[in-house]
Formats: sequence, C-alpha cells, structure tokens
Amino acid sequence: MPDDPTKVMGRALLEDGGYGTRSQFETAVKARADNPNDMTSWSYTPLADMKGNLTPSGLHYERHHGGIPAIDPAKHFLYVHGMVDQAKKFSVADILRLPSITRRYFIECSGNTYEEWAKPKGKNVQFTHGLLSTSEWTGVPFATFARHVGLQDDASWVLGEGADAAVMTRSIPLDKMLTDGLIAYGQNGEMIRPEQGYPLRLVVPGYEGNMMIKWLRRLQVSDRPFMTREETGRYTGLMPNGRARQFYYSMDAKSVITFPSGEMLLPKPGHYEIRGIAWSGRGRVQAVDISMDGGKNWIPARIDDTPEAMSSVRFSCPWFWDGKPAILQSRCIEDSGYVQPTRTELIRLRGDHFFYHYNAIQSWAVAADGSVSNVHV
Amino acid sequence: MSMFRAIVAAVAMLAAVPLIASASGDPAIDTIGSPVSPEELAKFFVIMPDGEGLPPGSGTAAAGLPLYAEKCAMCHGENLEGLEGTGAPPLAGGRGTLATNKPFKSVESYWPYASTLYDYIWRAMPFHEPGSLTPDEVYSITAYILSFGKIIDEGTVLDAKSLSEVKMPNVDGFYVDNGPDRLIYRAQGGATSK
Repeated sequence: MPDDPTKVMGRALLEDGGYGTRSQFETAVKARADNPNDMTSWSYTPLADMKGNLTPSGLHYERHHGGIPAIDPAKHFLYVHGMVDQAKKFSVADILRLPSITRRYFIECSGNTYEEWAKPKGKNVQFTHGLLSTSEWTGVPFATFARHVGLQDDASWVLGEGADAAVMTRSIPLDKMLTDGLIAYGQNGEMIRPEQGYPLRLVVPGYEGNMMIKWLRRLQVSDRPFMTREETGRYTGLMPNGRARQFYYSMDAKSVITFPSGEMLLPKPGHYEIRGIAWSGRGRVQAVDISMDGGKNWIPARIDDTPEAMSSVRFSCPWFWDGKPAILQSRCIEDSGYVQPTRTELIRLRGDHFFYHYNAIQSWAVAADGSVSNVHV
Repeated sequence: MSMFRAIVAAVAMLAAVPLIASASGDPAIDTIGSPVSPEELAKFFVIMPDGEGLPPGSGTAAAGLPLYAEKCAMCHGENLEGLEGTGAPPLAGGRGTLATNKPFKSVESYWPYASTLYDYIWRAMPFHEPGSLTPDEVYSITAYILSFGKIIDEGTVLDAKSLSEVKMPNVDGFYVDNGPDRLIYRAQGGATSK
C-alpha cells in the first residue's frame, strides 16, 4: 500500500482478469453451519456487513441437500410435462429467447432463525438471521411456459425437480405458479451462481427457500400434490397436539436489527444509527417499529428504500445511547396489517416444536460496557 | 399507426416467420422448445401416495437386510436410529411421541406415506451413490425399514400394489395450513403483547 496513492501510478485496467474483485480490505464471507456433512448443509449471509438491500451474489446464503452440481448449460434442459397438451423441453438457449422479466425478491430458508425457539443461541446476526438474502432475479414467468405446453382442465399442482444429487422435489400450487412463478436464469445482472442453481432456478416469491428449486430440470403438472419427502417428513410444522401443519409456504413478516447486533461493541455513549432489514413473504413491508426498552415503547423507523412485494427493505432509526443497559428490538408491519409477533406470542401460536418459520421479534441487549448480545425477553 | 403501415408490418412479420406445421398455430410458441415423447420422459419418476409411478418389481425385508447393512447402516445405524456425526436422520422409533414435549420424528413415527420413502430412496440414496439402486433393491430396503418399524409384517412382499396399500401410523397427522396463524387475531394478547 502506498502512503499516498496520488504519488504513484495505480494499477492498469483488467489486471484482475476482467471480472473484478472487491477491495482487499473487504473481508466479509459466508459462515459455515456446524453440520457433520458439507454436502447437505448451509452457509449464512453476513447480514451486518450488507451495504444495501441486494445481497452480493457471492454472499447469498446457501442450502444444499446433495452438494453443488456441475452443469453444462449447453446440455441442460427444462422439461415441462404431465397434465399438458404437448410436453416439451426447453434448452437454456430457448429460454433465453423468451420474453423475460426482472424482479427483486428475497429468499429465506424456512429454517432461518430456527435455533432461537428455545433459548438465545446465535451469537451474531449472521447466525441468527443469515439464511436470508435478496437478489434481482431475471427470467421467464411460468405462465409463458404454460402457454407453450397448454394446461389441461384439472391441472392444479406443479412439481419442480432439481438436477442435483438430491434430485430435490417440491409440489407448488398451480395458482401460485401462474401468479408469479419465475424460471430464473439471471441473478443481480449475471447468470445465476452455481450455488444458487446455475443455470436455472425456480423462484416462487415469498415462499420457503427450499421450494425455489435450484438446477431446475423438470416441471410436472398434476391434479394433486406429489407428497415428496421435503413436504412431508421435512419442512412441515409440528403443533403441540402432535399434528403437523403442511404446505405452510409463505415466509411471514420479519425484521432484524443488524446494527448494533450480537458480538458488536459500542465504543462509548453517544449518537448511533440503528440499522436493519425487514421483509415479508405475503406482501410489502408497510412500516417498521423500533423499541429501545425491550418492547415497552415503540417508535417508527425510517424505511430507507421503496418497499416491493415479497422483497426486503432496509430501515434505520437515530438513537442516542446514554450508556445505560438497553434492549433493542424491531418489528415489521406488513401491508395486510399483520404485525411481527414476539417470541412469547409465537410460542403461544405454535408451541415449542414447530421448528421452521420462526419469525419472532429479535432482541439485542446492549450492556453498560457497550457490548451487544442475543437475549430473550 | 396508419392502416397502411399496420398491414405492411403484419405482412412483413408473416413473411419473416417460417411456416411450421404445429399444434398451436402460434409461431412464437412453436419455434421455441421441442416436443418430447413419453419414451424420453421415462427417465424421470415421481411416486404418488396412491402408487402412481411405482415401477415393476418387488422386494422383501429379508432381501433388504443385507442391502441395508451394506449401503445404509453406516449413516442410519444398525437400529435405524440415525448416527450422530453423519447427519443421517432416524428411520425408526418415536411412535407416540409427537404430542409430547420430546417429539421424535422418524419415517416410522412421522412420515405419512410409504410412497415417499420409496421415492426418496430411489431418488437420492445411498447418499454417496445417489440413484444407483434397482427397483427391486428399493422395494427390499423399503420393506426392511417398514418391517423394522412394525408397519408391515416381516414376510410382506412389497410391490407396486402392496406398497400403495401400506398405511403409515401418522397418515392422519397432517393438515393443510399456509397461515398466517389465525390465533394471532384472537384475544389473549395481540401480536405486540409480551
């Protein structure tokens, strides 16, 4: 590093190979989940380091059920068949020729924040909420494919199947697919990353991340759900009476403060800007409230960008920290009027063993010494 | 656009698009994507609860035991308990625990359909050799797992017909509910209560 960059010539263009790299001073990376097998595991997005609403593609959280497949797009096809008039396959080149749309949507793993049901476990926001990322997705609406193959009268479900070693499958209601189901190939302006489904990913806005089938190779239309492993033995929510809620698709309204958050240290009392992320899988974020006293009093936060359906927003709120212990919380209010519940309320609704879809208000305790930690109130 | 220009444009578009004999009559549709035959689609499968999609073949728990020992036990355990350190889930045990404070979810206690077990084994197992089992091997391993969990008799021959007739213990344990939780709109505290 030169002491004065104005006194030496900078480096020439394209010396890094033509793709570009971030500054050597930027070091945030995804964090590996502590699982025995990296082929069926996940990684967390470093949410506290995000500088905007879109997640850089290389920092998008990952969840794989059979590793990351290597797929040559020239040999990859999307088959659309089942209860259709004419079964067809589409090459990636075919799909690139079709009219496309571009939308910003979040994707959240239905297991995001699952470790917080019983006690405060995640030490920082990357581990508590990092199975959430937002991208600009480009692709072809499912409705276009439906027109190409023709839907039969009783068609009501669509199976999405991936070309990974888990040959991941989920059934998706046809209504949803025709409303906003997207066969995506673009993510943040370039082809989707291999970890995110290269070359094709099914995007069903607002639904559980596992339904957004990566490495999509097949859509089978049916008159009933397929009852795959991922919608029976997995990704179902056990209620206290021993029965389980199935097809709980939508990720409910949720928010989290990313600054200050777990493992951070406020150097001294004074002015700070509380910052965070809010999202809803059922609509737009209408408002975000902030509490500095563990939920007794609430004030509105500022929404820092334009809320979009099934997408995330950043929020902020100026705060003067007087040096006394404080408990910071945020709650998301969705445009339907739904308000993000407290943890106590969520457990009243679902008991202790629902596992997935934890969307309760997160609490960060700021101690007198400025240290920040994950707490339940 | 004037009528003249509209006609010229329409004629130009017609001329530019190759005429292809096809089902829809819409050139934009007919020139993108290729029709596929049932033979080409035969490489795919998905098994439905009523047995649709099950292949010909059969298997028994006796035939499944050595296959399980060789291909499954190293992760799922000799007693189908799921070995810690492998990430493999339990396949048996836990009946009667779902309504307790220590619910134990396994194929035996939780999965509602035997078809799902066949589908998943054929699809994705064994973990390190996915898709390598023959239909008879999948029937046999399925029979072994279901027999171990006392869901079928030891001597049952599993095939497309008998597997679709298997009634799993938790078949009635699920209900469709995409939320949001109705309770949140009832008294005893709204969403913002503590």
